[in-house]
Amino acid sequence: MTRRRNVIVLSVVALVSLVAMTVAVSDVPRPEIPRGQGESCVADSDFMRRNHMTLLEHQRDDTVLLGVRGNPYSLKDCVSCHAIQGSDSTPVTVASPKHFCRSCHDYAAVKIDCFQCHASRPDAVPSDEGE
Amino acid sequence: MDGFDPGRRSFLNAAVAAAGVTLAPGVVLYGITRPSAAMARTPDDAVSSDVRWGMLIDSNRCASDCNECVTACSTENGLQGHGRTATDAQWIRKVDIHDPGTGLGKSLPVMCQHCAEPPCVDVCPTGASFKRADGIVLVDKHTCIGCRYCMMACPYKARSFVHEALEDQKPHAPRGKGTVESCTMCVHRIDDGGQPACVEACNDTGGGAMLFGDLNDPDSEISQRVAKYASQQIRADLGLDPGIRYQNL
Amino acid sequence: MKRTVYSEIEGRSAAFFVFAAILGGFVLAGLGAAMYMEHYGHHVTGMSNQIVWGTPHVFAIFLIVAASGALNVASIGTVFGKALYKPLGRLSGLLALALLVGGLAVLVLDLGRPDRLIVAMTSYNFKSIFAWNIFLYVGFIAVVAVYLWLQMERRMSRFVKTAGMVAFLWRLVLTTGTGSIFGFLVAREAYDSAVMAPLFIAMSFSFGLAAYILVLLAACRGSGRELGDVVLRRLGRLLGVFVALVLYFTAVQHLTNLYAAEHSAVERFMLLDGGIYTVLFWAVQVFAGGILPLLLVFRSPLPGLRNAGRTMALASVLVIVGGLAQVYVIVIGGQAWPLTLFPGMVESSGFHDGVIASYMPTLPEIGLGLGGVALAGLIVLFGIKVLRILPATLANSDGVSTS
Repeated sequence: MTRRRNVIVLSVVALVSLVAMTVAVSDVPRPEIPRGQGESCVADSDFMRRNHMTLLEHQRDDTVLLGVRGNPYSLKDCVSCHAIQGSDSTPVTVASPKHFCRSCHDYAAVKIDCFQCHASRPDAVPSDEGE
Repeated sequence: MDGFDPGRRSFLNAAVAAAGVTLAPGVVLYGITRPSAAMARTPDDAVSSDVRWGMLIDSNRCASDCNECVTACSTENGLQGHGRTATDAQWIRKVDIHDPGTGLGKSLPVMCQHCAEPPCVDVCPTGASFKRADGIVLVDKHTCIGCRYCMMACPYKARSFVHEALEDQKPHAPRGKGTVESCTMCVHRIDDGGQPACVEACNDTGGGAMLFGDLNDPDSEISQRVAKYASQQIRADLGLDPGIRYQNL
Repeated sequence: MKRTVYSEIEGRSAAFFVFAAILGGFVLAGLGAAMYMEHYGHHVTGMSNQIVWGTPHVFAIFLIVAASGALNVASIGTVFGKALYKPLGRLSGLLALALLVGGLAVLVLDLGRPDRLIVAMTSYNFKSIFAWNIFLYVGFIAVVAVYLWLQMERRMSRFVKTAGMVAFLWRLVLTTGTGSIFGFLVAREAYDSAVMAPLFIAMSFSFGLAAYILVLLAACRGSGRELGDVVLRRLGRLLGVFVALVLYFTAVQHLTNLYAAEHSAVERFMLLDGGIYTVLFWAVQVFAGGILPLLLVFRSPLPGLRNAGRTMALASVLVIVGGLAQVYVIVIGGQAWPLTLFPGMVESSGFHDGVIASYMPTLPEIGLGLGGVALAGLIVLFGIKVLRILPATLANSDGVSTS
């Protein structure tokens, strides 16, 4: 009986101290999210922070399957506005931690899948669309 | 009641005549100036099956040593070669055919044939391979799991698998490791009212062998030409009804 | 009739743990190979835009086909009421589960985007036989698990026959579906044929039973349990019948193709001047995997093989090797033959049109395939150790009636 009680007490103590130590040493700096270009984003920051993925995920089906391209939540436009200049004054790709998406996603430890296929920076030479 | 009411009949006649005179000019004008279904579409509209995009390729004008279409496609879509021909992606290629019986030789570009009954769409387990309403066969890379069954099923060897990690893709042509891809007929250009890159390059610097247009529009140049001159589809016997037609094969 | 006693194997000898460790090593190697392929992309394998399905698929298809066939032994006991097979039913169910899980693991890990497995399991195109197969494979696991439990739970014995029938029919549909993956492809000359489905059914009977015999022999010898000649010879003769069935359907497949002028070129390639594919077909599939096992089971005892155990073991190994060769010729040989875009014309291009595609298996592919086999082995090993799967004895005189 006492043995079991001792085990429980020790486990609780260990758990609490571990959590306390973690909190105490967690001085991971909050990320600096760089400003995008232009006046404002297509929606305000709070909304975008929580909902950007939902907007993209639903619109992408309309674009791919139905050819609807006029909507404001286009990944290409996001990448274009939020391009960050690198040291050689060209936009950085997602390989660099300075990339806009990575500045928050690295901190939140959420892996992003988009740039396996999508370009993570705007085209250097604008393409001749519609000619 | 016996007899009829002449006043009523003449009133009805006059009413119909008046309506006819009012409507006729509008009907005629509409018939003359009706914009093609394709032009009426705005970017916010979904594509519709009123349109069926297709191509007509004249192999007489296709020179064996000309690769303008292939180069243009690679540049437009960001197809990076890695020096590995077995695994490098190729969306359009020049095929040289030779008849061993007669000695006749021809050259022509072959790409995804954008079939009306695509076997690649039938076999895709997740539905990633699909046919858009306007006839263009595409791969939805969000859903593609990379099983390559569509590559087994395509009779034209049109599809490629991305065998390595990619970077710096073209923003208008997303493509990535582990998914299957093929000629998109440059949907990003078409949706903007343009032409595929290969057709444009062929007309600019090649032999002028390729023509792109709406097969459902009887007034388009491609419809008029296929109605007038004989053309054929590759492996028409399979009953897939490709949207790419060839002349002078 | 005496009631069969089933018991767990002891599984405490050094040999047991060494064997388990070896299997575990192969599984880890397979996982490593899968991660390597996924990280660098498939260009590190021998697969290409011409040969899109390679060695992993050969292993996976073999394992899945054998899985449905391994269940046969249980079906013969439950559905067809043959008393000799009844004690063998539990191991049959376990082996079927293990082989299918091993095959599925290889298939899923070879996907270009294995991280999208959830997409594959939630987004379906029901016109695709591949999509149906996903249901059939996952359903098979559930059906066999229930069947196995009903076999083991004596209070549920009245439901066993129904479950056995359901499982039997399910595996027939599953194997038909697997064969149809190839049979439905109009594009490829080597596949487009209705005989693919029955051929795969016959292959499943043959490979599954061969795998079962080997596992039964290994389990009994390894745990010191007696395995009588009667059981072995019956299983061996059944294997002979199935091997003959496979030879028959193979003959039908090729003879009907040879008759049509349209297919004569591809048949010439497969049967005569296809290099490795011709050698594998005649020497390994037909001779070593077909004729030799027939001789072994029907004309034993042969000198040099003192007892039925060794004869059956050799026959089963030969059938399995022949089976792998058969799947290799079907899957890879069928893709090596170029697509005909312009019948009657000679084609050439920069994209490997008109030429026989070349393929060389690479280490990651073989590693992944063997990892799947080892996973199946581990599941069986674990199963017979913790569950009462293996009969205590299968000796001749032990109330085992020979009906």
